[in-house]
Amino acid sequence: MDIILNYLQYPFVRYALIVGVLISLCSSLLGVLLVLKRYSYIGDGLSHVAFGAMAISAVLHMTDQKMFVILPLTVAAAVILLKKGRNAKIQGDAKIAMISVSSLALGYLLMNRFSASANVSADVCSTLFGSTSILTLTKGEVWLCVILSLLVVLMYVLLYPRIFAVTFDEDFARASGMNTDLYNLLIAVITAVIIVLAMNLVGSLLISALVIFPSITAMLVCHDFRSVTILSAVTSVSCALVGMLVAIVFGTPVGSTIVMCDLIVFTIVYVISLFKGKGR
Amino acid sequence: MALITCRDLVLGYEDGPIVENLNFTLNRGEFLCIIGENGSGKTTLMKTILGLLKPYSGEVLFGDGLKQEQIGYLPQQTLVQKDFPASVEEVVLSGRQNHLGRHFFYQKEDHEIAKKNMEKLQISDLRKKSYRHLSGGQQQRVLLARALCATEDLLVLDEPVTGLDAQITKIMYDTIRSLNKEGMTIIMISHDVDMALQLATHILSFEDTHFFGTKQQYLSYREKNRGKAA
Repeated sequence: MDIILNYLQYPFVRYALIVGVLISLCSSLLGVLLVLKRYSYIGDGLSHVAFGAMAISAVLHMTDQKMFVILPLTVAAAVILLKKGRNAKIQGDAKIAMISVSSLALGYLLMNRFSASANVSADVCSTLFGSTSILTLTKGEVWLCVILSLLVVLMYVLLYPRIFAVTFDEDFARASGMNTDLYNLLIAVITAVIIVLAMNLVGSLLISALVIFPSITAMLVCHDFRSVTILSAVTSVSCALVGMLVAIVFGTPVGSTIVMCDLIVFTIVYVISLFKGKGR
Repeated sequence: MALITCRDLVLGYEDGPIVENLNFTLNRGEFLCIIGENGSGKTTLMKTILGLLKPYSGEVLFGDGLKQEQIGYLPQQTLVQKDFPASVEEVVLSGRQNHLGRHFFYQKEDHEIAKKNMEKLQISDLRKKSYRHLSGGQQQRVLLARALCATEDLLVLDEPVTGLDAQITKIMYDTIRSLNKEGMTIIMISHDVDMALQLATHILSFEDTHFFGTKQQYLSYREKNRGKAA
């Protein structure tokens, strides 16, 4: 406990905790929607796009304004991925895989050829797995994160009835006059924003874990939408907090530690639900 | 004025029209059954009426106070819904989404109407149950209650008894019949021609060429065609 309190005196640790909590909150809210709409894999695809975009920003020597490169590119990819073409020549899952591996390849290629830094492998590794970037956030990045996350939460709360309607039954929602394309676009944009933010926390390879684990865990326990949403948020935030504290105290990589926390909670809940299921 | 008027409607996708020159009207309190093979245009017509598809040409007009977005739609279940974690109450209430208007959240009136429709379809005791733990028949009643929340005038039912056993099917049909008796106008897509003839006041058939008329007109039309075939 003393060690933790000691660490909390450093502003960068406090920033990291604030940002971590907000990102995990947003990603879990969004995760419920993506999992239910069978879009779980999109988080993964988009994170690779964000990696490619980050490489591009490095090549353009825009690392300080990297968000201006990464955000629009990832948002654009999200819009393309979530667009459901009935006559699409390429199926959705193949499309995601193609976009994601291409971005990954392009990203690595660019970083390898044009990187200014001496240690390319370390750069790539830290972008993919997050390593310490959560602890090196600037004040500006923290504010950007706080504002964007609060916007996402606010939108989620205010649009909750409509979000439920469009997630449960898109055709019915559209028949009752809702502009479902607009909502899908909104969800795509929010997904992209969250993923770019989450790259700081867990790195681009591990983002899907933040999106998927908490909502799946919540769905094992709860049986209505509101409790699933709330429990997913609670699980995600607690895992992020515990994960970050453990990482700080024991010096483990932040992203991987958080994901391990999510995995452990999921496993425990899953095993319990198995036993409960037998009892029924 | 008629609740729905289809005028010179041509239905189809990019490849070309499936159904041409479709004209019919439906008045308050009537019960229209749409029958025909798969791919004959039943679903396309229904989606056009609901505004999910644009007609190739021609138009669908709404009258007598009906707005397109205030049709109560009972769709066929999708795979996503079968294991969706939502309570019965949440699903039924979501039918009021077209009454949200400028509000962010459902109002007291919406909750009351949802409650009333759950009572009407005898699913009040399932209120807190999870949709994914219900039987097929119960799920269908929940979706019907949701459709009732969306409309006061017109229900559109897409094969409402698919996958239900004989006993539940009968209960479902009884419910639909009594809704119609109470004054609800109904459009139902069905495979089951015999049942359609029992329930409907009007038939729209896509068998070889399309036919629209009252039940009696349809029966004599069918008789005549049989005569030709023989």
